[in-house]
Amino acid sequence: MSWGFLRDLMSGVNKYSTGIGRIWVAVVFMFRLLVYVAAAENIWKYEHDEFECNTKQPGCENVCFDHFFPVSHIRLWALQLIMVSTPSLLVVFHVAYRENREKHNQKLYRNPGKIEGGLLCTYLISLILKTAFEIVFLVLFYKLYNGFKIPHLVKCDIRPCPGTVDCYISKPTEKMVFLYFLVATSCLCILLNLSELSYLIFKYSIKCYLEKYMKKQQ
Amino acid sequence: MDWGALHTILGGVNKHSTSIGKIWLTVLFIFRIMILVVAAERVWGDEQDDFVCNTLQPGCRNVCYDHFFPISHIRLWALQLIFVSTPALLVAMHVAYRRHEKKRQFRKGDQKCEYKDIEEIRRQRFRIEGSLWWTYTSSIFFRLVFEAVFMYAFYFMYDGFRMPRLMKCNIWPCPNTVDCFVSRPTEKTVFTIFMIAVSSICILLNVAELCYLLTKFFLRRSRKAGNSKQQPNHENKEETKQNEMNELISDSCQNTVIGFTS
Repeated sequence: MSWGFLRDLMSGVNKYSTGIGRIWVAVVFMFRLLVYVAAAENIWKYEHDEFECNTKQPGCENVCFDHFFPVSHIRLWALQLIMVSTPSLLVVFHVAYRENREKHNQKLYRNPGKIEGGLLCTYLISLILKTAFEIVFLVLFYKLYNGFKIPHLVKCDIRPCPGTVDCYISKPTEKMVFLYFLVATSCLCILLNLSELSYLIFKYSIKCYLEKYMKKQQ
Repeated sequence: MDWGALHTILGGVNKHSTSIGKIWLTVLFIFRIMILVVAAERVWGDEQDDFVCNTLQPGCRNVCYDHFFPISHIRLWALQLIFVSTPALLVAMHVAYRRHEKKRQFRKGDQKCEYKDIEEIRRQRFRIEGSLWWTYTSSIFFRLVFEAVFMYAFYFMYDGFRMPRLMKCNIWPCPNTVDCFVSRPTEKTVFTIFMIAVSSICILLNVAELCYLLTKFFLRRSRKAGNSKQQPNHENKEETKQNEMNELISDSCQNTVIGFTS
């Protein structure tokens, strides 16, 4: 069980997405998942080992690391990727459920390009949830770490550290660069979700309006 | 999710590329991604652990390492490979869009549609002309830009492509100027030069492909302006031969690269 599982699930979702939805899937795979696995994971791999405090007091490093990094950036990043990808499964479940229920009409969604009725509602809900999760995680990152900067040095005075002790974080610049990259791709994904949402709402409102107008005419 | 997944995605684009594009893809996978995964990652694996400074002062090593290596070579390469591979997705999306349109026509029962079934649409190879030509050419242009930007970033960040054995560091909290020793500098220099060389080859391939596409475009235009109506069969025969050549090269590329995915 690894990221490959998520990738396979998402490929299934792709079939019922709009064009913007497919761009979103491509951005998530290439710029978030692949960057995470190929580059970011290794930067944070030895973060605890390489976190060094200017003291020989046993336990001080552990306590300070735990205080400054309650949840590691890389774990938050992984959680964000999982939570943001999951709402798309609602669409897959909806299709499977409907096709299972109406067994006499096996291929209910013969034309995956057309999203209508109940499937449209599910799709819109999944878009709203995706956007909400993205924003929640960005805010969480910001609040937990006081912005997206990673300092070289943090001062720690928690017991058992004697007085105030200087603690040095490993690879702060590299971590900061990748954090900014994460924020940028997150914002891009939020933009894509919002534009897809507006596009779908606009398209189907126009369609409804036209249908009503045609009925009135008749 | 790993480089193998990228291979699957780009493999689909391979079918619609020119011969030079297929060579570029092979060079990318064998001489860049494979070298990165199999060799380079191991060379840089212990870079901070074995970065040793001549001091017992806690924190000095961390600070000096961060100063001299703001972004590790290996990460820059990984980013470069991801960015350079991304424009090919533009082509993949365009092809998928075209297929979608053909399928829609087919389902509507359009008599203009020449396909017998959906499978034939899926298997069909589109020629690089019309709007696909523009998408393909822009993707090559973006590839070139990304390659050049990353090569410049490397040169700028590390003052050239050599890895020195010794670096002098006097950033706080290091007491005075401290000698810091990089692990495996020669091996790292060799791999850096190798990756830069292969990057340059890829740039040359992209430039050649761009020139080839532009030449083909202008030739086609001048033929259309001239009397191409007189010999339609000859032009078709030439293009079928090109298609067959492309298929042969594509098959041999698939065979060389297929053992790579793991």
